[in-house]
This record gives sequence, C-alpha cells and structure tokens, in this order.
Amino acid sequence: MDPARKRRIRLVVALSAALLLAGALAYTSFSASSEARSPSQLARNATPGQSYQLTGKVVAGSIRHEGSTLLFRVRDRSGTASVPIRYTGVVPDPFREGREVIVTVRKRGGVFVGEKDSLVTKCPSKFTDKQSGKA
Amino acid sequence: MIVVGRACLILALAAALYGIGASLYGARAHRQTWIESGRRAMYAVFAIVAVAFAVLESAFLRSDFSFDVVASHSSTTTPDFYKVTAIWSSQEGSLLLWILLLTAFSSLALRLSHNRLREVTPYAQAVLLGFAAFFAVLLLGFANPFQPRSPVPAEGTGLNPLLRHPMMAIHPVMLYSGYTLAAVPFAFAIGALVARRLGADWIAAIRRFSLAAWLCLGIGILLGARWSYVELGWGGYWGWDPVENASLMPWLTGTAFLHSIMIQEKRGMLKVWNVSLVLATGTLAVLGTFLVRSGVLDSIHAFVGEGNGIAWMFTGLIAVMVAGSIALVYSRRSSLRSDHGLDSLWSREAVFLLNNLVLVALCFVVFWGTFFPLISEALTGTKASVGPPWFSRYTVPLAIVLVLLAGIGPVIAWRRATPANLRRNFAAPVGAGLVALIALLVLSDAARKPLALAMFCFAAFVLAAVGQELFRGARARRAMTRESPPSAVVAVVRRNRRRYGGYLVHAGVAVLFVGVAASSAFQHARDFRLSPGQTARIGGYAITYVKPTAKLASEKVSLGAVLRVRKGGRDLGTLRPTRGYYPTLEPDKGPVAGIFDGQATSEVGLRAGLRRDLWTAIEPDIGPLQQFISEADRRFGNSGPDVQGVVVAALAQRYVQHPPPAMFRIIDSPLVTWIWIGSFIAFGGGLIALWPAPAVARRRATAAARTGAAREPARA
Repeated sequence: MDPARKRRIRLVVALSAALLLAGALAYTSFSASSEARSPSQLARNATPGQSYQLTGKVVAGSIRHEGSTLLFRVRDRSGTASVPIRYTGVVPDPFREGREVIVTVRKRGGVFVGEKDSLVTKCPSKFTDKQSGKA
Repeated sequence: MIVVGRACLILALAAALYGIGASLYGARAHRQTWIESGRRAMYAVFAIVAVAFAVLESAFLRSDFSFDVVASHSSTTTPDFYKVTAIWSSQEGSLLLWILLLTAFSSLALRLSHNRLREVTPYAQAVLLGFAAFFAVLLLGFANPFQPRSPVPAEGTGLNPLLRHPMMAIHPVMLYSGYTLAAVPFAFAIGALVARRLGADWIAAIRRFSLAAWLCLGIGILLGARWSYVELGWGGYWGWDPVENASLMPWLTGTAFLHSIMIQEKRGMLKVWNVSLVLATGTLAVLGTFLVRSGVLDSIHAFVGEGNGIAWMFTGLIAVMVAGSIALVYSRRSSLRSDHGLDSLWSREAVFLLNNLVLVALCFVVFWGTFFPLISEALTGTKASVGPPWFSRYTVPLAIVLVLLAGIGPVIAWRRATPANLRRNFAAPVGAGLVALIALLVLSDAARKPLALAMFCFAAFVLAAVGQELFRGARARRAMTRESPPSAVVAVVRRNRRRYGGYLVHAGVAVLFVGVAASSAFQHARDFRLSPGQTARIGGYAITYVKPTAKLASEKVSLGAVLRVRKGGRDLGTLRPTRGYYPTLEPDKGPVAGIFDGQATSEVGLRAGLRRDLWTAIEPDIGPLQQFISEADRRFGNSGPDVQGVVVAALAQRYVQHPPPAMFRIIDSPLVTWIWIGSFIAFGGGLIALWPAPAVARRRATAAARTGAAREPARA
C-alpha cells in the first residue's frame, strides 16, 4: 500500500472513532441526564419513574428521620409550594433547614424518592460574602 | 493601607499595559532595548503585585476589618495559620494570588529565556503581560480586595470551617500554581506561532514549565481528593464535581503534551498537534479558574458568590484565546508540517499517539459532562445534568487502556519494533501481568469485577515494565563501572532524570489506579442509626457505639462518639468521629441556636492501613436538643458571652447524658492508602524529571539542541 493511502485510511479510522465517541456521548448524556426542576414544577406535573434534578430550599421543621431514611420537604427558592422527599444515603455536612439543596428524585406515589447519595447542599450562609452584594 | 493596595493595582495595570506596548513595538521594529524594557515591566508588575499582596496579607494578620474582605473571611479568633490562608478563601484574594503567581512564574520564564529565542520571547512577553493586565482589570473593576467596609465591625465572620484544614490551605495554591504555570507554555506557543519559529527550541524552553504545571495541578488535585476523603463526611475522594473536573481537564491535556513533545523532539512530527495541545491546556487552565470563580455551574465549591461581570470578562478572555489560537494555527499550518511520517503502528510513536488520543478523549468526556447543563439548556431549553455513573461509563474503560499504554510505552522501540525486540521487551512484563491474573483468580474474588481485575493485571504489567527498564539500565552501568547495584540504579536515574523520572510516574500512576479500582469496586458503605451499646456489622468488622462525646473549643462545639472496633473477636481499638458546629452570625437566629444551625464539619474516625481503611463519620441527632436550645435563647439571649458559654456547655452535657440515636456512615474500603502512596511515587518521579540535569549531561543536551536548531532552517 502506498503511504499516502495508508495515511488516509488511518485518518478515516481515527475520525470515525472520534465521531462514534462523540455520538455515544451525546446520546447517553441526554438519556442518562436528569432535568432540573423546581418544587412547584414537580408538584404540578411529574412523570412517575422519570428522574429529575430538584433544586430548592429545605422547609423549616420538615426534617424527620425514619430508621436510616431521611424525610424532608423542599420548597421553591422564593415561594411556598413544596414537595415531600424520601432520601437515603450521604447527608452532606451543610444540610440544614432553610439551606439550598440539589437532589435527584423520581416520583413514586405521592412522594419523591431521592437517588442514593445524590443530595448536594449549597451553602449560602454567612460564609459567602453576602455583604459585598455578590451572593 | 487600602489606598496603598489600590494604588498598587492601578500601577500594576499601567506597567502591564506599557510592557505589552513596549514588547510589541520592540518586536516589530527590531529594537532590542524596547523588548528588554517590556521584560522589565513584567518584573515591575510582579514587584508591585507582591506589595499589594503583602498589604492584604498584613491586613488579614492584623484582623483589620476596615478591609471588607478581611471582615467577611477572617476573625480575631481564627488561628494565625488560617488567617494567612483565609486570603484565598475569598474571590478577591484568590484572584490577587492568581496574578501574583502568574507574574512570578512569568518573570522566572522570561529571566531564563532572555538570551534565547529572541524572536519568540517578545510576543510571549506581551501575552503574559496581557494575562496580568486582564487580572488587574478584574481586580480593579469586579473583585477589588481593597474595598473599605464601614462602619468597621468589631468582629469578622471568620473562615469557612470546611476550609480549616491544612490540605485546604495548600490545595488552592497548588492548583493556582498549576494554572498559572500553564500560561507560560501557552504564551510561548503563541510567540512561536507569531514569529514562525516552530522548531523544537521553543518547546525545549517551556518543557520544564509544562512539567511543573502538570506536577502542581496533580498535587493540587490529590490534596483536594484527600481533603474530600477526610473532611467532607461522605467518604469519597472524587465526585465528578464541575470544579474537580475543571482542574482535571488541563492536567489531562498537559499529560498528553508531555508525551507528544518527545515525538517532536526526536522525530520532528506532530507539530500541529503539540502546539494545539499547549494552547488547549492554557485555555483550559483559564477555564478552570473561571469555573471556580464564577459559579456558572452548580457545585459544592460554591464557596464564593457569583459576579456576573466576572463571568462575562472570563467568557470574553476564553473566546479571544480560542479564536486567536485557531486562527494562528490555521495561518501557520504550512510551517507546522511534519518532518517524518509514522513508520509503523508497532512503534513508540504510535503508542504515544494512541495515549494522546485516549487522554484527549478523556478530556472531551469530562468537558462534555461538565458543561452538559449548559449544552442541554442551549439545545432543549431545560438545564439537565449527568451524574457520576455517566462519567464512569466512559472514564473507567479509557483509564484502563491508559494504564495498559503506560506499560507499553516505556518498553516498545522507537520507529519500528521487530518481532525479536517485542519478545525481548515484553516477555517479563506480560508474564507479570499473567501471574497477577492467575494469582487474583485463585486467591481472591476479584473475578466478579472484571474491570477492576483488568486494572490490577495491567498495573502489574506496568510495574514489571518499569522495573525491567531500571534493572537493564543499572545492569548496563554495572558492566561498565562495577558499582554496587543500588548505587548503579541511583547513578542511572541521576544521569537520565527525565526518562527515569517519567518511568517512576508511570509506576506511581499504576499503583494509584490499583487503589482507585479496588476501593471503588470492593467497597462496603452503609449508614447505620445506632444508640449507645448497639453494634453495626460491615465487611467482617463489628463496630460498637460505646458512648457519646462532647467538647467545647473556643470556636466550635464538637459532638461525637467513641466507637469500638472488633474483627473476628480481636479488639482493634477505638475510633472517634466527631462533628463540629461553628457559630453563625445570622442575626435572626439566637446566639445558642446560631451555633447549632451554623456551619458544621465532620472529623472522620479513620483507621487507615495498607490493606484496608475503616472510615467512620457521625451525624448526631440534635433534634431532641432543639427545645432546650430555643429555651436557652429565650432566657439567656441577651446575657453576656460567659453566661452563654455556660449554657452551651450545659447543652453539650445534656447531649452526653441523654444521647439520642446518632447516624453513622461506615465505609470499609480496600487499598485506599495505595492511592496516596501511588501519588507520592508519581510526584517523586515528577520532581526527579523536573530537577536540573548534572552539568555534563546538560552540556551534551544543549549541544544536541544547537545542532537541531541549526538543522531547522535548512529544512524550512
């Protein structure tokens, strides 16, 4: 085989491998991803079984433990609509009433079941510099 | 002092702008004095920024709360060591640190190269000063660390307790060093492209900076992983968080570059590829800074608030870097032709190329996953994100291939491997891999996790390959010098630091991945709710909650537990996980409630060993204390701090006497320690490779480079 042709074949092979990878990435990321929703959106309309990424604040007084399961409600950042969450797994250190959390959930019956270990707490407390107006 | 700081920033900006102008004019008009003046402008910017940094640092040490950043990130009760480091827990302070490190490394790079690369340096100088000017503008316009606060508060808010950890004190400095060191190769690549001096000499000039950037980023990433393991209370060391990914991406392209430049130095190939990798690494480093500092993606690293102006500034800078890089590479494509083609797929060049493709693919996967929320918002209108399982699906197989290549690369021949030397070089390493396979199949249950099993065998292959190379090098030397075996090994490594340093890095990475594979595939992690006296069983351990503990320190209240660990009837001692509560200054909370509702951090109880780690964290249930807390606030809310201290002590006492069941997270995870050991080996190797070569070897190398440079114009 002459070198030019060999190089062209290699290029085609490499490019198609790259295209395949890119295609697989795009396809799987859309099917494996979970959509970001607010509590009021989920309360209005949620497909059972579909996974959502819920962002909101932990409702004051709603945190309960039931064995190793954590029960709490999440409300809109500004608003009162809230949904109940059942969660097992790691509870991050800054988890508190009133804190902003992100958790991956699926609707099951009337409650939203959190995916194990998916709870993330954002920490908008005193430590972010609220004072300079950037928080 | 605030005025001094501000004046410094303005002066630094002015000096940087002057330096850009002087360097560019000097380069265009071939006026060496102007170029020199531009270089001195860089030294000046460094000196001025250092003064500004010293001013801010002294304000932190003196707890001068008339500085807004000091008031919001430090306090009089913050320990002195953390007062020093609190400076980079703030947006403003960390950008100041960035520009300080950038100008320090730039000055060093320009000092080292000022007699060489005369055509390239002026442009590199201008690019580096451009970065300095950009960050000076950011500091002046969007995140000024010299902002006064009035009225001056009596006490500051303090450093985020999560960051009060020695590793967190060094981690940002390491990452920023990595990011800013990556700016140096970027600048020289731009210089080489503009000046059309695209031989191997500019690459030789920046090789050490690329290696240092790679090393600092790697150390920073590992410190972050270790911090997450012992401080964050979830027991993992890597979570595919956007900010972790941000530091990983330039590290991956940097790793690729460190390999592919060898092909350009030896064979004059892959010039477009190399220059693109350098440019991509520099851009990804700025992108990394941007992701940490802007909060565009949800992340637990959202320690800093969002400044939209900053986001736009960075987006602009990145757009200019990307567009400029593409335009320059495209317009210089004729000067970037390879001198040789690839002779054979059975050659070291081909393996390096494959390793590059794997690393770039990894980087692309990480990039896609990190930015998927933005991609999906642009395409579908809803922000969606992918989790760790999605990342693992791609990164695990790619990492396995990468480790395999790390073993093949050092032993396969350049240009074209013949069946004879394949047999000679691969017999022992492949044998080691097979022995590992059989041993693991017979002696362990590793077969149920085929991917982990593959990783173990490939790691054995890598270690044997590296060992064989060291052995052969030492044997050859002994044949000539009759030294003792250990001193022959040392001498061989010393005389060829770059090569053997690199091999050590491969060995370290293989060990590290053994730890990663074992701990992620064979880990037992469970959450238990225990009352004192109850026992949890996990992975052969019996862990008894003996009693609760409470401790008051000046800054926090720690509630914890004493756990007794037994395995197979043998007493292995106790572990003491605790959770520290730090007071908040939120005015709507009472002073006592403020303590328990403030920030909390975990101190894990860790029993680390070469074979397995037993990791425990506690989350005390303070619910039953709630009624006492609110009552305490009602009755003693207006009392002095002494009375409140007594009340808090009484509350802690009550917790110990009437302990409610507490949540425990217990993880039994094998070989985690080898992650840290492997990284030490790898960083040791990196340091060896970075260390200046002995005088004799250097003379030889520069002589070779000179003849290479002399050949260069002839080819062009």
